[in-house]
Amino acid sequence: MSTSDLTNLNLTEAVRGLKARDFSSVEITKAFIAAIEAANPHLNAYITPTFDQALSQAKASDDRLINGEGGALEGAPLGIKDLYCTMGVQAAACSNILKGFKPPYESTVTQNLWDAGAVMLGKLNMDEFAMGSSNETSAFGSVTNPWKSNRNNQPLTPGGSSGGSASAVAADLCLAATASDTGGSIRQPAAFTGTVGIKPTYGRASRYGMIAFASSLDQAGPITKSVADSALMLQIMCSHDPKDSTSLAQSVPDFTKALGKSVKGLKIGIPKEYRLDGIPAEIDALWEQGIEWLKSAGAEIIPISLPHTRYALPCYYIIAPAEASSNLARYDGMRYGHRAEGALNLTQTYEKSRSEGFGKEVKRRIMIGTYVLSAGFYDAYYLRALKVRRRIAEDFVHAFGLCDAILTPATPSAAFGLDDETKAKDPVAMYLNDVFTVTTNLAGLPGIAVPAGLSSDGLPLGLQIIGRALDEETIFTVADVIEKSANFAQKAHKWWL
Amino acid sequence: MAIDLETVIKVARLARLDEPEDRLNALVGELGGIMGWIEQLKGVDIDGVAPMATAIDMATPLREDNVNDGNQVDEVLKNAPRALDGFFVVPKVVE
Repeated sequence: MSTSDLTNLNLTEAVRGLKARDFSSVEITKAFIAAIEAANPHLNAYITPTFDQALSQAKASDDRLINGEGGALEGAPLGIKDLYCTMGVQAAACSNILKGFKPPYESTVTQNLWDAGAVMLGKLNMDEFAMGSSNETSAFGSVTNPWKSNRNNQPLTPGGSSGGSASAVAADLCLAATASDTGGSIRQPAAFTGTVGIKPTYGRASRYGMIAFASSLDQAGPITKSVADSALMLQIMCSHDPKDSTSLAQSVPDFTKALGKSVKGLKIGIPKEYRLDGIPAEIDALWEQGIEWLKSAGAEIIPISLPHTRYALPCYYIIAPAEASSNLARYDGMRYGHRAEGALNLTQTYEKSRSEGFGKEVKRRIMIGTYVLSAGFYDAYYLRALKVRRRIAEDFVHAFGLCDAILTPATPSAAFGLDDETKAKDPVAMYLNDVFTVTTNLAGLPGIAVPAGLSSDGLPLGLQIIGRALDEETIFTVADVIEKSANFAQKAHKWWL
Repeated sequence: MAIDLETVIKVARLARLDEPEDRLNALVGELGGIMGWIEQLKGVDIDGVAPMATAIDMATPLREDNVNDGNQVDEVLKNAPRALDGFFVVPKVVE
């Protein structure tokens, strides 16, 4: 097999090929290393390659595979978002304040992957502390989307915050990647790169060893090349973990069993509030197409209402910064992370270390969070937002009395250009990227983004399926039908070769 | 309430940030814009609604009060900006 034959495989195919010993883990790992070395100077998806470690993991996997042993992901090379603590390998959440931080422990999610035999190719770029929708807030430089518009040669964003994960998967620089989602950070980049991204129910995956942004919203999930790969990755990533007090004491079902099932008689809700003014017509057309696919597969289409949808983003922009300002208070330059030199006293050391270490967007959110939690404003902003959050969650409870899953667009547009002037000037314009995804974080529900078509510019567009809490299986079933109906086989042209 | 420079300076101090004057001035407009956009939440009827602080309804789990980790001084100090003889070295706190 040629090098590109190996890197073009999806995770499910590669795991099968490794088990059948069609090729070895060392062979496919070397193929990915060569692909990363060729592409990374152009895409900047990997910030910390761990090739030596990858090759020794791959060799150990091959020893197990030769003996007919090995886990569900034995020998499969993956990329890991920089948000995950990886023992002895820098985990900086792409912030200068954590540059050089080498965790002395492993996150539960990555440990689960290594226990299943996976191989780590390296750490992936992301928005600083996962705060961003374009991967441009990273202290390690922005990431380029392997996709380009058919109109011009302008470099595009892969989305964010999991921009490195999405770019790497779309460019065949790993079989699959870990990502994380606080307001849409898995699903928006997946939609922008023609990949599959799922955020499971809050509490499905352990947050132990994931660098915290907003603890009541953060969830781990994978970005993959197919829905079947997504089910396989999520299966391994999720577990009940006593080290995370919000981890659910629920057994993880075999998600792959949800694939290939019929949607006949399944009720699919279509929320009227997701038809927004000013959204490109092709987003609406794609949504209509998705409805048609499910209808012809036998699903029943039910109009539903989620009346508080328009309040989800402003609600999120109180709760997430409030939690972030509290979580990020730990970065004080004392026990780990960046410490400023030349300060005159303790307070000045704190202030200078934090101002030097954090980037502009992170500081902006810390300021919002500190403001809404400060004396005199707590009730008016933070407490009100928590009540609005309940209203948003109740909308879904009512909706799921009428339907089994909800179909929406994944994003309000296709991938946009890097250095977008409007979005740089107006933070709110950037925040609007998450308009369709943020509701599930607030309500704690699972949501998956699946590629469903191309824009008139030739860029991928995705649909989102939202499910009941702990019912990832139904959204995998629906996503599988969408994937088969869309037959989305297009890949980004490898212009860097 | 409108956000003025005085508020921005106060919030920066609370957040332990030492921002240069041009950023503080710019933040007046940036935070003002974001908070103005957030004002629309006043349109939601929240009478009698219980605040929702977590995404899932579950009681905090308890465990046996056993020591299960610890005694890892070297590991804990590995990432310290400065350490000496098993301690963190920090700037002088008491004059």
